[in-house]
Amino acid sequence: MRKLLRLVCVAALFACPILGQQQSVAFTNARLIPITGPEIERGTIVVQGGKITAIGPSASVRPPAGARIVDMAGKVIMPGLVDTHSHIGGTAGADASGPIQPEVRLLDSLNVRAASLQRAQAGGITSVNVMPGSGHLNSGQTLYLKLRDNAVKIDDVLIFDKNGKYMGGMKFANGTNSIRAGGGSFPGTRAKSASLVRTQLIKAQEYREKIRKANGDASKMPPRDLAMEALVEVLEGTRIVHFHTHRHDDILTALRLQKEFGFRIVLQHVSEAWKVADEIAAAKAPASIIFIDSPGGKLETMDIKFENGIALEKAGALTGFHTDDSITDSRWFLRSAGLAVRAGMSRDKALYAVTMANAIMMDLQDRVGSLEVGKDADMVVLSGDPLSVYTNVLETWVEGNKVFDRSDPKDYLIAVGGFGAGNDEGTDHIHCFDGDIGGEY
Amino acid sequence: MNILKLLSNNFCRATLSKVIASLALFSIVAFPLASSASAQIAVRGETVWTMAGEPISNGVVLVKDGKIEAVGTAAQVRIPDGYRTVNAKVVTPGLIDAHTVIGLNGYLNQPHDQMALDGGASIQPELRAIDAYNAEEKLVEWVRSLGVTTIHTGHQPSALVSGQTMIAKTTGKNVDEATVSPLAMIAVTLGQAGLGGQGRSPGTRAKQAAMLRAELIKAQEASKKSEPSTDLKTEIMVRVVKREVPLLVTAEKAQDIITALRIAKEFNIRIVLDGASDAPLVLDEIKAAGVPVILHPTMARPGGDRENLSMTTAKKLKDAGILFAIQSGYEGYVPKTRVVLFEAALAANAGLGKRDALASITIDAARIIGLDSRVGSIVVGKDADLAMYDGDPFEYTTKCIGTMINGRIVSEEAR
Repeated sequence: MRKLLRLVCVAALFACPILGQQQSVAFTNARLIPITGPEIERGTIVVQGGKITAIGPSASVRPPAGARIVDMAGKVIMPGLVDTHSHIGGTAGADASGPIQPEVRLLDSLNVRAASLQRAQAGGITSVNVMPGSGHLNSGQTLYLKLRDNAVKIDDVLIFDKNGKYMGGMKFANGTNSIRAGGGSFPGTRAKSASLVRTQLIKAQEYREKIRKANGDASKMPPRDLAMEALVEVLEGTRIVHFHTHRHDDILTALRLQKEFGFRIVLQHVSEAWKVADEIAAAKAPASIIFIDSPGGKLETMDIKFENGIALEKAGALTGFHTDDSITDSRWFLRSAGLAVRAGMSRDKALYAVTMANAIMMDLQDRVGSLEVGKDADMVVLSGDPLSVYTNVLETWVEGNKVFDRSDPKDYLIAVGGFGAGNDEGTDHIHCFDGDIGGEY
Repeated sequence: MNILKLLSNNFCRATLSKVIASLALFSIVAFPLASSASAQIAVRGETVWTMAGEPISNGVVLVKDGKIEAVGTAAQVRIPDGYRTVNAKVVTPGLIDAHTVIGLNGYLNQPHDQMALDGGASIQPELRAIDAYNAEEKLVEWVRSLGVTTIHTGHQPSALVSGQTMIAKTTGKNVDEATVSPLAMIAVTLGQAGLGGQGRSPGTRAKQAAMLRAELIKAQEASKKSEPSTDLKTEIMVRVVKREVPLLVTAEKAQDIITALRIAKEFNIRIVLDGASDAPLVLDEIKAAGVPVILHPTMARPGGDRENLSMTTAKKLKDAGILFAIQSGYEGYVPKTRVVLFEAALAANAGLGKRDALASITIDAARIIGLDSRVGSIVVGKDADLAMYDGDPFEYTTKCIGTMINGRIVSEEAR
């Protein structure tokens, strides 16, 4: 039945003009928030072939001949949101066999049909770093996704680099989550945690040296080792380390390891960033922080503050936000920006922190994170100001295709919840929807 | 800022250096004076939501001896001499969290500060909240700084009968100073969260109902005897069957809600529904039973028995004419507590509207916990519990700039 539905969907796709491919679409009269430039009060953005082809004031940007015009008067358009840290897709990375498992790939784990992916679309998230958990010093390889619609298999949501390789980072963690008292091969203390990680990275350095010495001679190459291969990518800087860390001393430990091994790092959570903001900035380490509605929940986050945003901004550190879904729900990702501003962060930096900053942290700054000509047509259409609680995500677009539409009952159910919204097979099977679409829209 | 202002007004003749030299002393002396229960304070708000009529533009609330002395427009209410004046963009009644576990559970989330559940038995209505409440818990201070002045707190929804709940103001150095009502309700949990776990009964929903009914039958029989029971458990359950104490029944799934209503009818007891994710499926039944609902937090995570929860349920309860409040609830991890101001905000946007969202964390919450004669609205004679903001209380970017409890300003940090 589901297959049949999918066939119908595919047929429908071909029957209609495929926005992402051919016909250009001009969104006119919207308030545009390009992120990398000043806001445009009444602007037009033109999309063709999945890319942004023009953007500017409506008075000066003429839609190309034959373009479909979508009047967005009264609405706000900003870049699709980028989330540097999420656990959508029902994934699991490393298992209980050991504390460091860089060979484990989320690629082999993620369920593209999970309702959590649809909730992320409903929140305006278009690019996301899905990570394994923090219960290990290294829980495996993360996955950068584009939340394209109608995904059937993991390949449908991957992002590929110039060499055609799917993109992702590497998850590291320190502090208490990965410490297990009497946990066999797991560390029992913070110092042990650091030494275990250093030991593995030194092994990876040696492995890399053997590869260098082989100089392309297959007979001299070391035996294949999946863990070492992945850590070599870390050492080479082609795989960014996303380092879960909360307490001020753990943050500095992460920076110390980064300095010793020269890998590229994004600090994740950084709950006590306000205590070491200058050190983070001095190390030029990007920080991806989270907003939690109350302090505590565990010892390491007893001093977490909404003021982390302004502290990092003042120090001059590249600052992003993340959902850590399901710690915070992807549907309310913009709320993080609101809370940051509540605690003193500037509006511009707060909006940068849900878009462009995160694109930079995932090496995607040339493709997403801002509304600029040549970038992917990833956009969020909002009913009002992005920092207001009364604003709703009306539409989410990925590469020129609408992937979420609040006026569609199926999508509305995902956005607000209700009977059937949690079903991982999507909401196509729900035949009786509420008639109360919109709220205050 | 207020200390300095007081100093400069009252001691304008003193030299600046003298003032500075005395600052440490005055901050000890002047502040308690300004904030003592007998102080007279005028709170001016560009908008004052009294929750007892239309919001007042350019309003004034006079506070004297810990109570609301007068409320009205600036034209109607003259500020008498000697009143300290506090200004805010928006003033609301102190917020009421209709169901939380803070004070019993603490922010560290370590065994020593998690006292809202004893895992030793499935039915323990004799456990008193007052024997566990920590008035100085950081989470209490946290929600107070976000406008919450009254909490209904107690044993958490994680056992069939986990214990008692109480009502406290979010102030006071100890439980006695904080307590408004030492016994509010008995916490009962149906569904998955109320199972015994690890081979202990109840292991099924039907067993839950059977065990609860057996307990109530025992209480019915005890209530007929001339001698009061000296058994702690029976003693408290007798008060339930006498309709003196309601059960707070956490029930998320529709079948659990219906079970709760069935048992309430069978024993003619008072209940309050808690959680109630599936309420939209059984609105008529809830309405017919006349049972109020303390709804799950708007941002609660979907899943388990809460798989069907919706942000629009609050609106549906309102439309159905069911008395409801929005709670912060119980959280096992992070955030260790939610904040009703934040939860009501999202419900306001999800169709409920600003006024009804505010009612769900003020006057309607007060009605459900039986305290509406004292708190929940800005009415002459009621406790002077107020929350002050620098804008629309529900906006993400608005800060709570002051909280008043019993006429005392207990928080002035903008948060």
